[in-house]
Amino acid sequence: MPVPSAEDRWFDAAAGPIVRPYAMTRGRTRPLGAALDLVSIVVAADPASVDRYGLDPEHLDVLALCRRPTPVADIASEIDLPLGVVRVLLGDLRHKGLIEVCPPTSSAGPANERILRQVLDGLRGL
Amino acid sequence: MAYADSDPNGHSDLNGRVVPIAVKIIVAGGFGVGKTTLIGSISEIRPLRTEEVLTDRSIGVDNTILIEDKTTTTVAMDFGRISFGDSLVLYLFGTPGQERFWFMWDELSFGSLGAVVLADTRRLADCFASIDYFEQRQIKFVVAVNCFDGAMRHEISDVRNALDLDPEVPVVLCDARRRESAKKVLMTLVEHVLQSISAEVGRDESAPVH
Repeated sequence: MPVPSAEDRWFDAAAGPIVRPYAMTRGRTRPLGAALDLVSIVVAADPASVDRYGLDPEHLDVLALCRRPTPVADIASEIDLPLGVVRVLLGDLRHKGLIEVCPPTSSAGPANERILRQVLDGLRGL
Repeated sequence: MAYADSDPNGHSDLNGRVVPIAVKIIVAGGFGVGKTTLIGSISEIRPLRTEEVLTDRSIGVDNTILIEDKTTTTVAMDFGRISFGDSLVLYLFGTPGQERFWFMWDELSFGSLGAVVLADTRRLADCFASIDYFEQRQIKFVVAVNCFDGAMRHEISDVRNALDLDPEVPVVLCDARRRESAKKVLMTLVEHVLQSISAEVGRDESAPVH
């Protein structure tokens, strides 16, 4: 198999920026347990009973943002960390029982016609 | 673990706490067609660059000989947010522009309200792949033709024919830089999804009972 030229590389400029796994997660790129959807809502399970053992400062920062129910994407933006990192940190917190994860509301199907109308009204009012 | 159930007020419940309903719209199209611009023109936050993981399950479909010892990396993508009060949040996610990242599209589009396929008439073929993707998965979409310089080079009917679109798929002109224009595109999509739901309900009701 011939060695591809630089133009043939799959991580070219058109692919957008590529980054390496993060030391903050010790190189981990996937969260423990089930996948975390971008619009899953997370919330701290019980703020009073946090066992800080094994938690990094970033875990605690993420946990602090979960005091109110918050979508995963918002946590990533507020904490200014890459989504992949935030997912790993959230996976750790979930594994320790420190957060609850609420799967996203599916907006497909007739049952959610009301949600669609709310979105339409909301857009109209912008 | 407690899972959310929508209540009549449009809220969900998680351990007794009210959580907002989050819905998402995908913004797709070829690389450099203006997806980030469109998201930025209507998002209440600066479009955020997040990153998604590429693992070995995504590698191997392309030429990876140079990175054969590296099984994991990530690719950046953009998203924006529009809040409607405290109970409803709309997210706009820009897809990575390359077909080789389609495994990411599956996650992005799961449970999504629908999609906007942004097209540039100078490079119309760039959006074929996006249209195929949403057609195959029966995800509702609109085609928004981004008129970069304000000049319309082609009639909408020409674009529709060139893309071989189903007659019910809306095609709109837009200027991705303008908030009003982006708003119109999103409203067209939501109206299209609502109409599709009405049509399906109508078909179900008129279907013969066996």
